[in-house]
Amino acid sequence: MRSKALLRGSNIDVFHGSFQALWDVSLSVNSGEIVAIIGANGSGKSTLLDTISGLIHPAKGSMEFEGKNISALEPFQIVDLGISLLPEGGRIFPDLTVLENLKIGSYNRKARPESTENLQRVYQLFPVLETKKPRLAKTLSGGEKQMLALGRSLMSNPKLVLLDEMSLGLAPLLVNDLYKTLQEIRTRGITILFVEQNVRRSLAEADRAYIMETGRIVLSGKVDDLREEEKVKKAYFGT
Amino acid sequence: MSLLVDLATPIAMGILLGGLYSIIALGLSLVFGVVKEINIAHGDFVILGSYFGYVAMTVIGIDPILSLIIGIPLFFGIGFAIQKYLLNRAFRISMDATLIIAFGISIILQNTYQLVWTALSRGLTTSYALESFSVGPIHVPLVYLLDLIVAIVVMFFLREFLRRTYLGMAIRAAAQDWKAAQLMGISTNRVYAVTFGIGTALAAIAGVFLGLTFPFTPVSGMPFLIIALGVVVLGGLGSIAGTLVAGMAFGLAQTLGGYFFGVTAQMLVAYMMVLVVLTVIPRGIFR
Repeated sequence: MRSKALLRGSNIDVFHGSFQALWDVSLSVNSGEIVAIIGANGSGKSTLLDTISGLIHPAKGSMEFEGKNISALEPFQIVDLGISLLPEGGRIFPDLTVLENLKIGSYNRKARPESTENLQRVYQLFPVLETKKPRLAKTLSGGEKQMLALGRSLMSNPKLVLLDEMSLGLAPLLVNDLYKTLQEIRTRGITILFVEQNVRRSLAEADRAYIMETGRIVLSGKVDDLREEEKVKKAYFGT
Repeated sequence: MSLLVDLATPIAMGILLGGLYSIIALGLSLVFGVVKEINIAHGDFVILGSYFGYVAMTVIGIDPILSLIIGIPLFFGIGFAIQKYLLNRAFRISMDATLIIAFGISIILQNTYQLVWTALSRGLTTSYALESFSVGPIHVPLVYLLDLIVAIVVMFFLREFLRRTYLGMAIRAAAQDWKAAQLMGISTNRVYAVTFGIGTALAAIAGVFLGLTFPFTPVSGMPFLIIALGVVVLGGLGSIAGTLVAGMAFGLAQTLGGYFFGVTAQMLVAYMMVLVVLTVIPRGIFR
């Protein structure tokens, strides 16, 4: 069991200045899984993803990817290893074109030779990006921007994709499409760890989930089991 | 009609001089736009370029323009090292720290120039530096024309580099959102070092052509830094085309101001123009 984990975080503490944002957080993600992190605003979900991608370094505990300790690495080194974060709000580059945004996604040396193939795959997932490739990214609609952000994070040849509130502020129909795409991405052998406020959605799309409250993981398990958990029912479904 | 004929030369001089101003401002604008540092030593790096051309000419005996073949990579290396070993570290303390370090570099450079080359005024007096040419009623020094041509050529190459290469794209991406750039696998520290290196290499080019156009002393960096700052805010941050247009506007305001109000008032007129334009369009011409 232990050897199967693609990503393993053990007993992680993270501080923002003097404020402790994560308390003794442990999680593991296996190859090929879709795992959700569920929690209210400020529960530490984004901080956890930022810690995995190296934007923040843990004060205590370790983060391992494919058995290698990555807790002290810089974000650009972690991208090289095959972890790609789609940050909250997408954060596409507004004054680059759609095509340039995608190309910059394959900036790391390992992904660059496969840039053309990956570009075709992204266009297959999101044909609208191909028709709008010469446009500046800031001219896209909200949904298209999020497609671009997701496409961009796939350009780096990731083994593991981290998605931070991908559906925030989007129309429900668009959200459905994005999550359909997620299942398609999985069939390509990419492991997915996503953060979501919508509990129903998370439990529907993921295999397993972690539930966070005020910087701690309070519950975890298979989504089917979690749905039956009294605590989850009470807190999130009001029954 | 005779006014137009009289004005022809100052207008031409102003536009051509704009080429020199924009090339001085270009490196400042690039570093400002990407690294978000105000490199107040930029003017002194430009003057270092002038002295580099001076040494090439007087000591080694080669043409100052030709000396840029060594000067550009050398200055790039100096700038790269300064950003990598000094300014990237200062970043972690605060933005103010980079400003203070740049100020320190400025003082060190000025005093070094005094020691090595004394306070005397120098110039790159090549044979072609004294040539002038005439088109109808216009009479201008040849180097002024050279200034504009070089500015356009340099800007063209910089623009192509930023547009067509992965590194150029990374520089633009880091300028727009450094955090997202890191998530793309870009080492922003490296991008900043490269950008500062390019800024310093541009200072070398600017310095040689400044030396061909005007006499310079160890303290000439400051007035040209101030002109460059005016050009940068006028043109809009990080805009290459904006820098050229703003450089020309500044040059024109200066020469026309000199024509109408006398040489002593020409800089006053130029800065008044900057003030008026920024009051009307606060984000600069090209933003």
